[in-house]
Amino acid sequence: MTEVLRRYGPVLTTVILLAVAVWIVGLVVLPQVLMVDFSFRPMLPPAKIGGPEDVYTLKNYATLWTNEVHRAIFVKTIWASALVTAVTFAVCYPIAFYMAQVAPRRRLPMLVLMLVVPFWINELLRTFAWYIILAYSGPLNILLVALGIFTEPQRLSGGDVGVIVGMVYVYILFMVFPIYNALESLDRHQIEAARDLGAGWLRIHRRIAIPHAKPGIAVGCIMTFMLAAGSYAVPALLGGPQSRWFTEVIYNWFFEGGNWNQGAAYAFILLVLCVGFILLMMKLFRVGLTDIAK
Amino acid sequence: MSRDVQLDRVTMRFGSLTAVRDVSLSIGAGEFFSFLGPSGCGKTTLLRMISGFMEPTEGVVRIGGQDMRGIGPNKRPTALIFQNLALFPLMTVAENIGFGLEVRGIPSSRRKARVEELLDLVALPGTGEKKVTDLSGGQRQRIAIARALAVEPSVLLLDEPLSALDLKLRQHMRAELRAIQRRTGVTFIYITHDQGEALTMSDRIGVMRAGVLEQVADGQTLYDHPATAFVAGFVGETNRFTGTVAETADGMAALDTPAGRLLGRNPRGLGVGDRAALFIRPERLAVDGDGPNRLTARVSHRDFEGSFVNAFLTGPTGTLMVQIPHRGQSDPPLVPDTDATLTFRPQDAVALPWEGE
Amino acid sequence: MTAAGVRRFLTRTYLVLFFGYLFVPLGIMGAAAFNTSRFPTVTPWTGFTLQWFPALFADQRLWQALGTSLIVAAGVIAVAVPLGLAGALLLNRLHSRARTFLYAVMVSPLLTPGVIVGISTLVFWRQWFGVSGGIFLTVVAQASFIAAYAMLLFLARLQRFDPSLEEAALDLGASHGQVFRRITLPYLMPSVLSSALLAFLQSFENYNTTLFVRGLETTLTIYIASKVRTGLTPAVNALSLILIGLTIIGAVVYEIMRRREAKA
Repeated sequence: MTEVLRRYGPVLTTVILLAVAVWIVGLVVLPQVLMVDFSFRPMLPPAKIGGPEDVYTLKNYATLWTNEVHRAIFVKTIWASALVTAVTFAVCYPIAFYMAQVAPRRRLPMLVLMLVVPFWINELLRTFAWYIILAYSGPLNILLVALGIFTEPQRLSGGDVGVIVGMVYVYILFMVFPIYNALESLDRHQIEAARDLGAGWLRIHRRIAIPHAKPGIAVGCIMTFMLAAGSYAVPALLGGPQSRWFTEVIYNWFFEGGNWNQGAAYAFILLVLCVGFILLMMKLFRVGLTDIAK
Repeated sequence: MSRDVQLDRVTMRFGSLTAVRDVSLSIGAGEFFSFLGPSGCGKTTLLRMISGFMEPTEGVVRIGGQDMRGIGPNKRPTALIFQNLALFPLMTVAENIGFGLEVRGIPSSRRKARVEELLDLVALPGTGEKKVTDLSGGQRQRIAIARALAVEPSVLLLDEPLSALDLKLRQHMRAELRAIQRRTGVTFIYITHDQGEALTMSDRIGVMRAGVLEQVADGQTLYDHPATAFVAGFVGETNRFTGTVAETADGMAALDTPAGRLLGRNPRGLGVGDRAALFIRPERLAVDGDGPNRLTARVSHRDFEGSFVNAFLTGPTGTLMVQIPHRGQSDPPLVPDTDATLTFRPQDAVALPWEGE
Repeated sequence: MTAAGVRRFLTRTYLVLFFGYLFVPLGIMGAAAFNTSRFPTVTPWTGFTLQWFPALFADQRLWQALGTSLIVAAGVIAVAVPLGLAGALLLNRLHSRARTFLYAVMVSPLLTPGVIVGISTLVFWRQWFGVSGGIFLTVVAQASFIAAYAMLLFLARLQRFDPSLEEAALDLGASHGQVFRRITLPYLMPSVLSSALLAFLQSFENYNTTLFVRGLETTLTIYIASKVRTGLTPAVNALSLILIGLTIIGAVVYEIMRRREAKA
């Protein structure tokens, strides 16, 4: 801290510390803490707040256990997000590997740009594109019927399948870049040396590339899972009443059920789920927090 | 106006590490003073305490008699030339030189005149509008000097500013720095690990080792009368014989060494039985001379350097170096793989306390 | 075919499929903007028209939503860029544990689902200050995580900064404020611009967080989502097409700035 003071002087140091305090205390930490505090209190009319009934309770958390519909939605959100993460990884790993290890260097700037541009396009618009594709009379149905896979058009959107297909498309780039960045630092000669020593294609990936890309894979999986589990736009556009997402349940508590305490409890459960996934990934890939937060 | 710098029992500790230990020193106004020592000896820390980037853990720095405690680098009458020069890359040459004046609120017309004056001083007139990134190494060096002098410091601090230059330019800049110092009369405090730089430019030199100031003297005194074994070994080439003091008399000491009993001056008052080392310069060793100090060694090779010859011999204490002026036919015959007898006068050798390395 | 030939063929096929997968859906959506069909689709193609563009421009609520989005984005830039800058300046001068801890807290909103950022902001401000959803809360909620993006950009540039430049200026007599204004800030200027652009793009496209803190306000993203669910016409495609075009320009500019900065 003395070094900060020496470097920036008393006035600037005060301004910097104030700004950082406003940011991390006022905008990040306190809102989270208050949300958690709120989630452990019962919903009361304003007159009773602070009164004898305003005590800490687990009631809002018990709701998830007793409400079978909500519980089923929660469980589905978990496995569907995990599935999205897995599929996204399978689709992305080859392109990341190709860019980092195979592609001629002069072609890289163009390839990166081709990935960056769709990355910047609004999540909602990318979801909307699939809304059109998956429509009952949309191009995918026509293609599948023409190919003889379906005998007649099927309802593709409005269910869990549509949501999952859309999510893979929308979050794919959050997986590509971390893995690409990690693989980029792998010396291309290592792969050549391994091949030279007679290592097969599968072994090269299993023993050299994937271990090297671990931190990138962990970050990609964490981001994708977090975005999928916390997504509202995709299930809202591509799902239907029968395929609700946990975020939609939370939204309803807030703006239709009018029970914010209940909604805050569900939001905290979602947060715990995501933190749990981060910890799981860190353990699974044996990476530290500093590797992830890069 | 040039001012003197006083260090009064200055100590700097970083945690358990003591970077500078109890240094007291007085540097006169208008003096060219150098701190000489190997890297990590604490000389840069000392410089940063004088310039105000660090506060000593103990002790006081005074400039022109004024206590500098609590006074930041921007309020001190010092200017520092950084090792990497630290020229502002986004500013032109003139903006760099004028920066110190600009932040003091000097109007641009006066600033401009002063910048021109300084560009003349460092022999780079008309380069004011150039970008600093377009200059050569030597030119950047001069701009850094001009920028520091622009604020008319009482003390100019230089942190190995020549280390990035090639040999020829470095030698040229030594003369130039010395000339600028004479012309401006500003106190120069120069830091270097290069004894050649220190010896050629400075009025006085402070030799440092492991945070301790070992000796302060002019170059010739350091060379001829080193106060410690470290100074004897660090400044100039030397031959060393370690052993035990056998006799002392009349300011002289006799040491028992693997090369036999050797005699030298005893400025530190060594007593019988003390561990000591005897130092003798390569050019003070003679071949086949007279006197009490005699030793035999085998010639391994010789390097012809033009005006002199360096011969390397293997003796009972390891490699010995002998420097002989080259005078043509009369050069002593040091033929490789033959034995030679070396002698030296006791008053040319110095015995100093030795703790071993 | 040789083994290398097979591998090359498979690689090419994969690349074509991957980038096809990435771009064809966007192409279909864009194409639907020119179809005369009342419902946005390319199948069946009922005829080419430009009618959906004028229909779009006549939509008053759309312009209002755009205005709201721009105000929010401007607010986010004004809040997030300085906060990110302050965070980076502090982190750059800290070491070891304090740095790791602060860093983790600062980037934590990036690892938190957007809906939770929105919910926590909403609950906190209503409970403590009685403020309900609206433009103000939208700016606050978005800035809390966009500031982390700005911080990362500033930190990356500061790590290449030579601190002896600041020391040199200080040594020449500049006050701390003058050093910051004349030396540090000019060096960071490219990052100020790129983080402002990043903040704008992030704010403009935000949906999940905005949904909870918007109150009665409607940003463009919220408006598009509501149009898709109720009252969908190819005018939405026309709007999407325009936004994609603008985004591509923005993304290319951002990418060029980033690359130039990385070189400098």
